Order: sequence, then C-alpha cells, then structure tokens
Amino acid sequence: MRVLKAMLRQPAALFGLIVVFAVLAMAIAAPLIAPYDPDNQMFDGLTLEGAPMPPSSQFLLGTDTLGRDLFSRLLFGARTSLVIGLVANGIAVAVGLFVGILSGYLRGIVGALLMRFTDLMMAFPALLLAIVLAALLRPSLWIVAMVIALVNWVQVARIVYTETRGLVERDFILAERSLGAGHFRILFVHILPHLMPTAIVWGTLGIATTVLLEATLSFLGIGVQPPQPSWGNIIFESQSYFQAAPWLVFFPGAIILLTALSFNLVGDALRDILDPTQRGRG
Amino acid sequence: MAFLILRRLVQTALILLGVAAITFLLLYALPADPARMIAGRSATAQTVANIRRELGLDQPLLVQFWAYLQGIVHGDLGRSYAQKTDVGALIAARIPATLLLMAAGILVEVVLGLTLGIMAALRRGGPVDRVVMMASFVGVSAPQFVVALLLLYIFAVTLGWLPMSGFGTAAHVVLPAATLGILGAGWYARMVRSAMIDVLNQDYVRTARAKGLSSARIVLRHALPNALLPIIAMIGIDIGQFMGGVVVVEAVYGWPGIGQLAWQAIQQVDIPIIMGVTLVSALAIVLGNLIADIIAPLIDPRIRAQ
Repeated sequence: MRVLKAMLRQPAALFGLIVVFAVLAMAIAAPLIAPYDPDNQMFDGLTLEGAPMPPSSQFLLGTDTLGRDLFSRLLFGARTSLVIGLVANGIAVAVGLFVGILSGYLRGIVGALLMRFTDLMMAFPALLLAIVLAALLRPSLWIVAMVIALVNWVQVARIVYTETRGLVERDFILAERSLGAGHFRILFVHILPHLMPTAIVWGTLGIATTVLLEATLSFLGIGVQPPQPSWGNIIFESQSYFQAAPWLVFFPGAIILLTALSFNLVGDALRDILDPTQRGRG
Repeated sequence: MAFLILRRLVQTALILLGVAAITFLLLYALPADPARMIAGRSATAQTVANIRRELGLDQPLLVQFWAYLQGIVHGDLGRSYAQKTDVGALIAARIPATLLLMAAGILVEVVLGLTLGIMAALRRGGPVDRVVMMASFVGVSAPQFVVALLLLYIFAVTLGWLPMSGFGTAAHVVLPAATLGILGAGWYARMVRSAMIDVLNQDYVRTARAKGLSSARIVLRHALPNALLPIIAMIGIDIGQFMGGVVVVEAVYGWPGIGQLAWQAIQQVDIPIIMGVTLVSALAIVLGNLIADIIAPLIDPRIRAQ
C-alpha cells in the first residue's frame, strides 16, 4: 500500500502504471475488444491494387499486407509479448536468485564455481547467443521464452550475489547462527526476504528487456512464427513494404516502445521506493 | 601492476576457453544438421554421410572439440562449410567495417551522453533535467530495429539526405552509427548525471567555487575528470552490447561487417563461422573490460594506490 501510494505521487511512475495496466487489460480482453479476427485475411482489407489500407474509420490502424486488421493483430500480439515477458523473465529472476543466493552464501568451491560460471556468461555476447539459439532451434513461443531466460538470468545472479555477500556479514545472521539456525532456515527465512525488493525491481525492469528481446528476435524472423501475431513479427512481415505502408512498422514499434518504457518507469520507481539509498541518483 | 595484468590475461584466456566450450556444446547439441544443409534437399543418405565424414562431423564430440581447440591455439578458426574458405580470413575481412561502425557509434553515444548528462546534473530537478531523464528512458526502452527503420524512413526515404544502405562513403556511416549511439546515449546520460551530482556535492568543488573559478572551468576541469571513471568502465561493457546490436543494425542497413557475416552464417547453419564470430565477440568483450580496468588506474591515482 505504501509502495502504491508513493508511486501514485510520481507522474512518471503513474504514467508507467497506467500503460502497464492498459496493455495487460488489452491482452486479457483481446477477443472482446478486437473488431476483427486477427488471422482473417479480409477481401476488403486490401486496396484494388492489393496494397494494405491506411488507417481509416473501418480499420482503425489500417491493414497489413495480407489484408488483416492491424489493430486486432496488435491486441493479440500483446498476449504473445506479455506471456513471453512474464514467463521468460520469471524464469530468469528465479534462476538468478537461486544462483546468486547460493554462490553468495556458500563460500567454498561450489560458490566460487557458480560465480566463475556467471562471469563466463557475462562475457557471452547475449543478443548474439540468443540469435544463434533461436535460429538453430525450431522457433516457437516457448523456445523464445527459454532462450531469453537463458541469457537474462546472469545480471540478476550478479546483483543477488553481491547483496547476499553483504547480508551474510550482518550481525543478525550471526545471531541466528549462534542460536543454532540451520543453513536452510537462514537462507530462506532470513536472507531471502531481504532480497525481495531486488527481485521485484528486476522482475519489472527485466520485462522491458524481455519484450525488446522478443521483438528483436521476431523481427529477424527467428522469434514467434507467423501467423501467430507478436509485435516483432508484425514488423518482420511488413518490413519490405514499409516505404509504402510505414504505419505497419510504426504502430507496432510505438507499442513496443511504450510498453518497454512503462515497465522501465515502474521498475525505476520501485527501486527508488524500495531502496532509499539509491533515491534520486538516476 | 604487471602481476595484475598477467593475472587478468590468464583469466581472459580461461574465459575464452569456457566460451568456446559452451558454444561448441550448444551448437553440437542443436538439432540443426549442417551436413544435410550443405547436401541440399535431394541428396542421398550416402552423399550426406560423405559430407559428414569430410567435415569430421562423424568423430566423437571430444575429438572434434580437441581438434578445434588445437586450431584456435594455432590461430586457425576452421573452414566455412558453405564458402569453403578460412573462417579467420572471412572474419578479418569484415572486422574493419564493424570497428568503424562501433567507433562511430561510441562517439555519438559518448558525446551525446556526456553533454546531456552534464546539462541535467547542473540543473538538477529543473525542466532540462526532467526532459533529459525522460528522453534517456525513452532511448533505453526503444527497440533498435524500430529506431533504425524510423531513421531510415525520415532521413533516407522522405528527406533523401542520406543513402538507404550500403558502405563506402561517410554518408553511409551516419544512420547506422546514430542508431547505435542514440540508444546507448540514454545509459550514458543517466550515468554521467548521477556521477556528476556526486562530484558536484563534494567539498573541493565548493572550494573551487569559493575561489571564484568560472562555472565552466569547475565543471570541465575539476568535476568532469572525477566523474569520468564510471563512463570508462561503461565503454568496456558497452562493447559487449554492441557486438549483439551490430547484428540487427547491420541487417537493417546492409552494412558489410561481422554482424552481417554472422547473420548469413546462422541462416546457412555454417557452424565454423558462428563459432568464430562468437569467439571474436567474447574476445572483444573481455578485451574491452580489460582495457577499461587498465585505463582506470592511469586516470585515477586512488585506484593505483590500492
């Protein structure tokens, strides 16, 4: 409640929250809002020359190269993009938390090995790795989500590791240990709750990264495969036509930007609120 | 210092070995079959088997990996499946174009980020600060390919000022470099702002002000050098971001760099080239961080003392 109130006081965070909820609502209610079937290649969706129609009162955002309603496709595309955003980022944060907390708590060889592995993954060109994997596996929604999770957990692990190292040194952990608490209890009852703000912040900021990454993979044609609409593959499909029908690129592009921006704004505001030491430092 | 550099070099070699192992395992485990790709759809099982033997793909995994490692140590990255030429030579031919693009991108990024970040820090809380912070958020959240297409549409299609794609003249560099730079500038502006705010609040800046130094001199001569440190570390990290980013930017603008080479290779399952580009990228990332770590103590005596 305190967090929500603090967010409502900042115009940028409020804007972000509104857009995030609007996109969520659009994705959930897509079948109710969409004026047309997103896969329906309508006869009157193309001009007599077979070109896509610009935005009009009949087709709010115009039609694509196959005569499908762009607005309806964007609504259903929101589902794909958000599902990938939530699933991929959820896995990334969970794995990152797990690896980070373990390597931060275990001092011995296990901790060192885990951290060296994380360092190794940091040296990987993430986008290149994602592109290679997505291209060589048979691309589908779940593969794309897994690939994104695989490249995104590293950052979370790094941050959680640093924080856990700091927490382990604190007196209350020492007190717990001298009271006879086991490793399991210390890790999950005493350390994990302190990491929740970090998890929440990265859970939000990461969705922005994930949405962008999914769009990039789909734009290259190796993400979610048509006809299933995703914001990236809508642009991929109409790319070659974009000089004649720029709206086919710019409406989905604007939606991707707006969604990523809003998740970033909300995440940044959450970081300010949950971690007062970072406040106002941008 | 020498010991430190030596240790980092050993670490670098280990990291590259790890990257090579992981990439090799991943590519080996993937269902894509390069022999079948080369043979074509109508090839008989015998042809596919012959090609597989020719490429050494019928050997056990460890034997293949060992042969590959031996090659790397001798500076041999293997031969491309599709083009039948030396991967090292193919990559080397593409590197100048990518380096040019990256250098131009980093230049745009640093100049834009420094200017905006300093402006925001000096007028903290004011309208300039707010606009810059908002713009940096937009920059960070913008999908690269959309910005690339947008710039292409405005400056090449509508205004006709710059060429659509290709390579050769200075005009060709502008749009790809701007695409890379504008997006990165958001991070830089935020970092510079936050570092400058820290520095400007310190006592020595107050002293400089009390001495009656001009505002420009305080900012440029006294405050900025101390705020530069995180920026240099950032450029090191940035090289890694760029290595992925160039795939997209080079694809949109038809820029003949290693990103384009990788993209073509990915579509043809040309594994030696994919391996080579991944290794070169990892090398660039590690070297970027290494150089940043070596430069930092040269600029900041406090680190040298540690």
